[in-house]
Amino acid sequence: MVVFENVSMTYPGGEMRAIDDMSFTIDDGEFVFLVGPSGSGKTSVIKLITGEVMAESGVLNVNGFDLRHIRRRKLPLMRRTIGVIFQDFRLIEDMTVYDNVAFAMHIVGASNRQIRQRVPYVLDLVGLSGRERRYPREVSGGEKQRVAVARAIVNSPRLLIADEPTGNLDPALSLELMLLMDSINNSGEGTTVLVVTHEKEMVNSFSKRVIAIEDGQVISDGMDGYYSYEIQ
Amino acid sequence: MRSSKIGYLTKEGFKSILTHGFMSFASVTIIVACLVIMGSFSLIAVNIGSLLDEVESQTEVVAYVEETLSDEQARALQPEIEYISNVQSCEFVPRQTAMEEYASLFDDQLFQDVGSEILRDRYVIHLADISLTRQTQADLESIIGVAYVRADLQVAEALVGVRNVLSGVSLILVVVLVLVSVFIMANTVKLATYSRRDEIVIMKMVGASNWFIRFPFVVEGLVLGLLGGAMAFILEWGIYDVVAEKIMSGFMGNLIHVIPFSSVSAVVMLIYMGVGLAVGVFGSSIAIRNYLEV
Repeated sequence: MVVFENVSMTYPGGEMRAIDDMSFTIDDGEFVFLVGPSGSGKTSVIKLITGEVMAESGVLNVNGFDLRHIRRRKLPLMRRTIGVIFQDFRLIEDMTVYDNVAFAMHIVGASNRQIRQRVPYVLDLVGLSGRERRYPREVSGGEKQRVAVARAIVNSPRLLIADEPTGNLDPALSLELMLLMDSINNSGEGTTVLVVTHEKEMVNSFSKRVIAIEDGQVISDGMDGYYSYEIQ
Repeated sequence: MRSSKIGYLTKEGFKSILTHGFMSFASVTIIVACLVIMGSFSLIAVNIGSLLDEVESQTEVVAYVEETLSDEQARALQPEIEYISNVQSCEFVPRQTAMEEYASLFDDQLFQDVGSEILRDRYVIHLADISLTRQTQADLESIIGVAYVRADLQVAEALVGVRNVLSGVSLILVVVLVLVSVFIMANTVKLATYSRRDEIVIMKMVGASNWFIRFPFVVEGLVLGLLGGAMAFILEWGIYDVVAEKIMSGFMGNLIHVIPFSSVSAVVMLIYMGVGLAVGVFGSSIAIRNYLEV
């Protein structure tokens, strides 16, 4: 669950507020698109949720963690309840596909046995069976993104965030990835999914909740599944 | 902490040494170079110090006993002389022995008709610290029964001056070299970790705690530091033996005595391994600190 209540944030040295009195709530199990033009504050919302930056006012709660008052040493615990997929994949180049996924399990203290069981299962789920021993440089862009998805979901996070996940993929792979996210959302674990994007057709075709933001403020929040906001 | 986790992180540290082979090589090379340069200067300073010790130990002060004192009374002065704190050792030389020594230095004929009574009984004294020669001379002269004291103040002061200059120069050199080495080593480690800042950020975003990220870096730093220390020690040993051999077999071999490496090897090894370990562990821990603030 994500709760933003009158949240404001200014980057150090910045003059304008990147997030200005923003409020919205995402319940457990929801699938939400966060849309808006460049510079609207989409990435800032993600950074606030992942604890990369701190809000200066308001209430910010993620999966039960009060991020306005969280201690720095507790941040890793909060982050383990979230899976993040980045546009640029952010894979560790020196690790194989298998190790890129496995290290996320090592972080949460999983046993070697658990890792040996879970990683092949998740890689199979995202269609990467047989690619385990390859390095990121040896797989395609679509496969890299699927490795990032596998890493994000391997610890069964309560919240899955995808920051422009289809930005580097062709339309067919983009659709495939979104269907995968949808299936994760509909799985028994009921993972909450927040997708940041500006791909209008994609958003419109999925009939999900859409939160549109501009200048750090929510300008529309509808369940009609329609990307009514025009990118400027 | 689970042992499997420690095992995994240790393995990651070792793996990283091989994965980042060039940076590992560069780090070890820098550690070796800095240690060998620092160590060589220190060993030169130690040898010069030892040489001065030897020269100083040969410097004598002679206290002459009053002619009126009998042999027994003259010998009785020894505890009083030894009581002076700067007196390291003192040896009583009766006038007859002194005369024999003179006679052996010159033509026997010259002293044939001269009796030993023209000389005084004396004490040959070695000092603990020759920089206190003047003070010790005064202390000795204050003893009743001592006629006068011969101390080569000019030689003592010259030796003290040479030692002070050498100590100062070697201290400055070692401090400068240590600072330069630490700077170079810290930057090498920084460079090595800079190339992996993205990796650190990714780990942070996935929920890794600081120690989880730091542990493999520390293992890597520890191994490279110890490796650098060990290699520097072996190299230093080789260089030292070659240079010592050249000096001892050359014309200077008769004048100076080079300390054998075996007599300082334990200390050198301990220092090299310690410095290597400290630079590796602390260097890597400090270098990644900035990237952990995510």
